[in-house]
Amino acid sequence: MARALLASVVAVAVCTVVLGFGYPALMTGFAQVAMPHQANGSLVARNGTVVGSSLAAQSFTWPRYFHERPSATTPPYNPGATTFSNLGPTSPALAELVSANAAAVLKLERPYNPGLTIHRIPVDAVVPSGSGIDPEISIAYANLQARRVADVRRMPLATVRRLIRQSTEGRAVGFLGEPGVNVLELNLALDRLGAGR
Amino acid sequence: MGQGAGQILVYAAVLVAASYPLGIWMARVYTRERGDVVERGFLRLLGRDAASDQTWKQYGLSVLVFSIAFSVFLYGLLRLQGHLFLNPDHLPAVPWAVALNTTASFVTNTNWQYYGGETTMSYLSQMAGLAVQQFVSAGVGLAVLAAVIRGIARRGGGAGLGNFWRDLYRSIVFVLLPLSLVLAVVLIWQGVPQTFHAHATATTLQGAHQTIARGPVASMIAIKQLGTNGGGYYNSNSAVPFENPTPLSNFLEVLAILLIPFAQVVMFGRMALARRHAWVLYAVCCTIFAAGVAVAFPAEQHGSQVLRDSGVDITQTAQQSGGNMTDKEIRFGIANTALWATATTDVSNGSVDGGHDALTPAAGAVPLVNMFLGEVEPGGVGSGLYGLIFYVLIAVFVAGLMVGRTPEWLGKKIEAREMKLAAVGALAVPTMVLVLTAVAVVTPAGLASIFNPGAHGFTEALYAYTSQSNNNGSAFAGYGATTFSTTLGTVALYFGRFFPLLAGLAIAGSLAAKKIVPASAGTFRTDGATFGVMLLGVIALTAGLMILPALTLGPIVEGLMH
Repeated sequence: MARALLASVVAVAVCTVVLGFGYPALMTGFAQVAMPHQANGSLVARNGTVVGSSLAAQSFTWPRYFHERPSATTPPYNPGATTFSNLGPTSPALAELVSANAAAVLKLERPYNPGLTIHRIPVDAVVPSGSGIDPEISIAYANLQARRVADVRRMPLATVRRLIRQSTEGRAVGFLGEPGVNVLELNLALDRLGAGR
Repeated sequence: MGQGAGQILVYAAVLVAASYPLGIWMARVYTRERGDVVERGFLRLLGRDAASDQTWKQYGLSVLVFSIAFSVFLYGLLRLQGHLFLNPDHLPAVPWAVALNTTASFVTNTNWQYYGGETTMSYLSQMAGLAVQQFVSAGVGLAVLAAVIRGIARRGGGAGLGNFWRDLYRSIVFVLLPLSLVLAVVLIWQGVPQTFHAHATATTLQGAHQTIARGPVASMIAIKQLGTNGGGYYNSNSAVPFENPTPLSNFLEVLAILLIPFAQVVMFGRMALARRHAWVLYAVCCTIFAAGVAVAFPAEQHGSQVLRDSGVDITQTAQQSGGNMTDKEIRFGIANTALWATATTDVSNGSVDGGHDALTPAAGAVPLVNMFLGEVEPGGVGSGLYGLIFYVLIAVFVAGLMVGRTPEWLGKKIEAREMKLAAVGALAVPTMVLVLTAVAVVTPAGLASIFNPGAHGFTEALYAYTSQSNNNGSAFAGYGATTFSTTLGTVALYFGRFFPLLAGLAIAGSLAAKKIVPASAGTFRTDGATFGVMLLGVIALTAGLMILPALTLGPIVEGLMH
């Protein structure tokens, strides 16, 4: 018992020093030298100001921007406190949330998409993401928003569609995962074209 | 569905191809007689306990004392983090009930989290407290497994199972650490942060202020996935882009979940000189895994009742993955989230890349059943395989009764003592789950934790105690932290870890002393398909039937009501 206790105390100390400090310090040193952009959070700057991270959604409400998926964090799109919505598949609260979100999308997009009904709203536009900061929307949801953005910015629809394609992250290695459109990158690309006011 | 199914098949192929050589390597690591100079130096430093060949009791004592010592240290660290260094965001001490549960959770390789990482834990607590346990608890599991296999394989009597400290050293230095280094580098490349800088601040395109949590993330995520730990840096775990930025990082992280568990089956076959028998076990694990994916993936693609009723577009097209996208990420879609939910509960990992509380009833039942079976498909690092061995012994025993002979396994007679230990090892934890869930749903203090109404709320409680008792750590995350639920959880965590662990060591100690009985024409063969089917049946009948009534009250009712 005493021998095991002595060995345990030494082992706790050695493990903490080697695995708790040595290993992360080594990885941090390597990362900061070799890949500082990723290692510090994939931050995106414009004119010298950090405007966000390409790995985190941010709140877009203005009509001239593409909007993100719903988020369950407080406040929405908070990369300082991620969370699921935890709403069960049969939950009445989920049903209310979905119909409220769908109504908001219809109200916003219908003037630019005459005859738009709920049956054409992609599911990701109305349900919260896993992290609450999913930086991507589906191609379907981006295409739904394209007419509004083009119209508000007085930009040809073809140009907006081209930018959507350029901001689309395809499947990794050609077959892994699902394609998605990075909203922050897309909106930055739109602003670069200058028509945004 | 076709594209998603293709991704899953590629995953399975890579898993088999990678686990095989790793298993051979691990067998070599634990059978090497003489250690290198660093190993000998480390063992000398630890003193006399690290110098001897240990019996199962001595081995178990070393494990227990070490785990208690680390528990005390970790609890102290979490309580004092507010006064210590590497706390750039000035987080206060972790409240005692949460600190106690978290300590138990990480020491037992569970990583159940009653807290949000980025808002609760300082950089010091994450990397020098929690991430250290992710190595150590996995190392303990592997060490105990190596000892159990030695006992099974020992020919010619004797009581020694090896030395715990030497096995621990080898598990960490030759298996867990090298794999973590490689995985961490790839994860950083893909976008996982690794920094000591405080959180970043941004001014968004609309002029709002945004706080971006970061820290030494990649080093922790690598071992979290490899060591069947599961406790993430961020609250939403591997759904968060900073923990899992791309489909490639997702592929590697979900591969890391099952890599060592499948490799340890290969290692068992090599060390116990029972390769064909090990392949039967491997096939049984693959079967249970495939069955889980085959239920979860289509159920999620079909979508939840609320979404179908709402009228929104949930069809799968080239432009969207469709299905139940609630609490899921675009880049993973349905197939990868369903695959992850199954894999993480086939073993005791418990990390998630989408919210489990939002899974459809059928898909949500898959992780629940997986965990309830004791995570033997093929289970947590170390712990899973000795869990599977309990079922193997029961299957051998039942087969022996059928043909009217004393059961034998790998040349050794299985007698009353081993059978009692195996039955207790296999059934104690499921029994505890049912009792704790019952307590949690009949007491007002327990009911306070439930988030969703109705049958789904019952499933949350059942899931919470199944997950903690089986040291998984995944959650129907709506289930809330109260002093009552964290304390009940702490009991489940320690009991669920050490009871089967000691039963496994005791069986090994007892088998080690037995003489080899030569195989005869009447010996029941354990290296063919017949035994595989037999084993599946035993698993389904023992643990499977125990959970059926509880499943009826939870997911089955929920599925039928709508």
